[in-house]
Parts: sequence; structure tokens; C-alpha cells
Amino acid sequence: MSAPGKRAATAAIWLVLLTMPYWMNAVGGYTELASRVIVMGLAAMALNYLLGFTGVLSFGHAAYFGLGAYGAAMTIKYLVPSTALAVVVGVVVGTVAAAAIGALIRKLRGTYFAMVTIAFGQVFYFIAFRWNSVTGGDDGMTGWQRQPLDLGFTTVDILHQDKAFYFLCLALFALAVGAMALLLRSPLGRAQLAIRENERRARFLGIPVEFHIWLSFVISGAFAALAGTMYALLSNFTDPRSLHWTLSGNFVIMSVMGGMRSFWGPLVGAAIFVVLQDYVSSHTENWMSIIGLFFVLVVSFFPRGVLGMLRRKTTS
Amino acid sequence: MTQLLLFNIFNGLIVGAFYALMALGLSLILNLSGVINFAHGGFLAIGAYLAFALMPVVGFWGALLVAPLLTAVLGLVVERLLIRRLYGRDPLYSLLLTFGLAYILEDGTRYIWGAQSLPFPIPQALTTPLSSEFFFLTGYRLFMVALVAVVVGAMFYILNRTRLGMRIRAGTLDLETVSVLGVNVALLRNLNFGLGIYLAGLAGVLAAGMLGLQPTIGTSLIMPSFVAIIVGGLGSLPGTLLGGLLIGVASGVTTVYFPSATEAVMYVMMGLVLLLRPQGLLGEEGRTQ
Repeated sequence: MSAPGKRAATAAIWLVLLTMPYWMNAVGGYTELASRVIVMGLAAMALNYLLGFTGVLSFGHAAYFGLGAYGAAMTIKYLVPSTALAVVVGVVVGTVAAAAIGALIRKLRGTYFAMVTIAFGQVFYFIAFRWNSVTGGDDGMTGWQRQPLDLGFTTVDILHQDKAFYFLCLALFALAVGAMALLLRSPLGRAQLAIRENERRARFLGIPVEFHIWLSFVISGAFAALAGTMYALLSNFTDPRSLHWTLSGNFVIMSVMGGMRSFWGPLVGAAIFVVLQDYVSSHTENWMSIIGLFFVLVVSFFPRGVLGMLRRKTTS
Repeated sequence: MTQLLLFNIFNGLIVGAFYALMALGLSLILNLSGVINFAHGGFLAIGAYLAFALMPVVGFWGALLVAPLLTAVLGLVVERLLIRRLYGRDPLYSLLLTFGLAYILEDGTRYIWGAQSLPFPIPQALTTPLSSEFFFLTGYRLFMVALVAVVVGAMFYILNRTRLGMRIRAGTLDLETVSVLGVNVALLRNLNFGLGIYLAGLAGVLAAGMLGLQPTIGTSLIMPSFVAIIVGGLGSLPGTLLGGLLIGVASGVTTVYFPSATEAVMYVMMGLVLLLRPQGLLGEEGRTQ
């Protein structure tokens, strides 16, 4: 796509995001669904920082997403009733875990890397599932809710006003996405792109490959954790399913479906996935089969994703 | 206490045998085709439910014989129609495809046989405890351990002594050369996939006899199988077997002293292995790339 075209597309995306709560009801949706698109979109874009722009496949990102969710929920329930602090704690918890696990696996590659991330993705699920007294076990964490946002000069009631909470999510999303875009344009992001294109050549150029893969993993995990905190705040609830490997798979399909070589692709994929899941699960009990079939179809017929296909059409 | 410990070690050994059966099948497919088969748990469930459906007609022993074979046939068809098209592409795609298949298989069994747990009758002769002191030594449990030993033995015999097995092992090392030597690689991968799925189906029938039948029976066994492969060493089948038994016994022993860490202990083991010996206990160096 040409540069002005790209700029127009970016403007269109922001326009849609800024107005979404106002037309969502008219097309049969609801504000919470719009918030969920933002949350899942951020999670998929976070994964894609690693998958699409460093070329490393993680199939266990639900771990950091879920740790963010539990970190936020526990902060409000056990520590301080503050939404802002909940977000900070959730992100820190998820980032620390990503840093520790990333350090263990930074030397692995390809399918082996994927498999270890799959397995590690599940450890926090079992902890949340078993540690009943603190996490509520299988029933999840209830008995807490997001708190009004104190901005100093005014207080925003994000608890009762759906739209206010949506715009909080959008603000966090914008910060995260802006940071990701800056990182990708910096020498750091360029080095990571180089690893994706040709790891051996990048190594010969003196790029510390293991360090960059670790760093990309941590950055990606941190943004996934941020999405997780928003996810918990959105429903005032979190349960072990926010840590389950099926969610990790969903993040990957969102990225692939939207187009993992494009910056906005995962957001588009997440929007399609979230709306489809919402629609299918309210119409049939067998939504899992339909989602599964959807995976098979995307892989078989649209491996480049929606934006990947659009881009190919405009360049050819 | 000793008895409780013995009970849990033995129990862990049985659970470990399930992990090992699952993990061996996963390993076979991963080594030759580079596909992480997420649907393995779904195939396990299919094996279990097929046995349940066949039992009124052919009895327990007949079902034990036929159900894994039928599951393997289903595996051959799935490989031929869906997975074969993805060889040579980024492993991401086969991973996502089998992930979708796992959804479909689990939901399919739930649709046909219902979400609630079903009783899986096993022959009277196998259910009675052999000793009153060691109440946990039922015939079925001993039978399971013996059968798994025989099947694993047979699998290693096939891999080491038959033409098919030697081709599979050669293909694992260098598929291109095997292809140039005139072996039909597409067929080899197909049969290898079927062999792996056979092991999953067999594990399903045995697991159903011990744990009962639920649609989620497979998904609960698949994660430990991944851990078993990593602990044992990628690319090494004896390692996979060892890994499965090891994490099974470790979970069993942990249940006695610290029940809430039953699952976490395998991940601790995996973390330690990755830290101290990244290629796994019996893995060769260089396979991690």
C-alpha cells in the first residue's frame, strides 16, 4: 500500500474505534462487545509483536494475559481498591513471568519453542485452578469490582458507565499500540525484524539474537498482560479460563486471520473472531465445532489473513 | 503412610503410562512430519467413545482391539485430506489446523454422546483387588501396565526391526535422502501418522476404563504429554517414554505430601530440565534449533 493510502487506513481505523460505542447498538452489538474487541485486539497485537515482527511463535500467551487479569483482580480485592494500581500490578506480574520464562527458552527455535511455550502456558492455569483459598479455584475471582477513576481534578465513574470504561480501554490501547509502533520503528525493532528475516545473517551483523528474542518476548508478554488487566476489569471477574491454552490458540488465530505481517491485522482478526464467537455462542450449543471449522478454513484458504490479501491485491 | 505412598507411586506409574502412550504418538508425528498434533487428545477421546459404542456388540476385548484401529483409520483420512497440504509450510499452520480439529473432535463427541460422564464397564475378572492389603492392585491396573509395556515394546520392535520402522527413523534424520532413495514419503508420513493416532486411540480405551468417559478426557491428558516430550528430549522416543513415566510418578508422589502442587510439579521439572539440560534428558544436542 502507498504511504498516503496507509495513512488514510490508519485514520479510518481510529475513526471506527473512537465512534464504536455509538453505533454498536444500532448494528446489534453492545458496548461491552466493543470493549472486548479492544481488549482481544490488544492481546493479539501484543502476540504479533513477537510472532509477526520477530518471527517467533509463542503458543502460550494466555499465561501472561491471565496473570495480568489475576494481578488486577487480586490487587483490588486484597490490596488497594484502585483501578490504576490494579492495572500497574497486573502488568508487572505478567512482565516478570514473561521475563523469567523467556530467559529459560530464548535459545530454543521453531516447533520446539512453540511446544515449550504451550507447556509453560498451562502452569499458571493449574496454580489458579488449585489454589482455591486465594484464587477462588475453578469458580474464579468474584467479590470485587473496578473502582471509579480518580484523575485529580475529577472522578470518572467507569463502573456504571459502559462508555466511560470503553474509552479508558481505548486510551490504554492507544498508549500500548503507540508504544509498539515506536518500538518497531526504532533500531531495536529493526534488529528484531532482521532476526525474523534471516537469523543467521542478523547474527553475523553482530545483533545479539538471544537477547533480542528474549526482549521481544518480554515486551509482547507485557502488552498481553495489559490486555489481561482490562479483561478482568471489563467483567469484574476472572477465572482460570483466562489462563487456558485454548485462549492462547485464539490469540494466534486472530493474528493469522487478520494478517500477521501487518501492524493492524491482528486487531481486524480479533474483531472478526470476537463478534463471530459472540454470535455463534448465543445461537448454538455447538459453537466449539463452528470455531474449530473456522480455524480449519482460515488455515486452508486464507493463510495470509484479511489484510495480507488486501495488500497483495493492491500491489499486484 | 508407606501404603499411601506406594499407592500413589503405582498410580503415578499408570498415569505416567498414559502420558507416555500419548507422548510417543505425538513424538512420532512431530519427528517425521514436524507437526505438533494438538488434536491428539481429541483422537484419544474418539478412541474411548468408539470403544464405548462398540462394546455392546463386540465386548470389552473386541472393543479394545477394534476401537484403536478405527481411530487410526480416521487419523489416516484426516492426514490425507487436511494435514498433508500443510507440509513444508510454516509449522504455525499445521499447529492451528490441529488446534481447530481438537475443538471439533471434543465438541463432536459431546454432541453425539452428551456432556455428562458415562460409565465404562470393564470385565469383572479385571476389577477385583488381588490383595486385601494392597487394595489398589486391581487386575485392571496391572493389566494396563502390562498392556502398555507390550504395546510400547511392539512399537520399538517395529521401529528398529521392520522395513517400515527403519524408513520412519531414517526419514526423521533426513527425509530428503529417504525420498531420493525411492521411498514414497507421502505414504510413509501417512502411515506414521496412523501409528501415532493408534497409540492415542489405545490410550483412550484404557483411560476410559480407569477415569470414566467425558468429552474432555483427551484435553486433560495432552498438556502433560507435551511436558513429557520436553523432559525426555525432543527427537528421542526412549526419552519420551522415560519423561512420561517420570512426570507421572512425580505427580503421584507430590499428591501425598502437597496435593495442590500435583500438576505444578511437572512444570517445575520441565523448568529444571530446560535450565540444566535444554535438549532434554535423553535428547541429542542440536535438536533444539
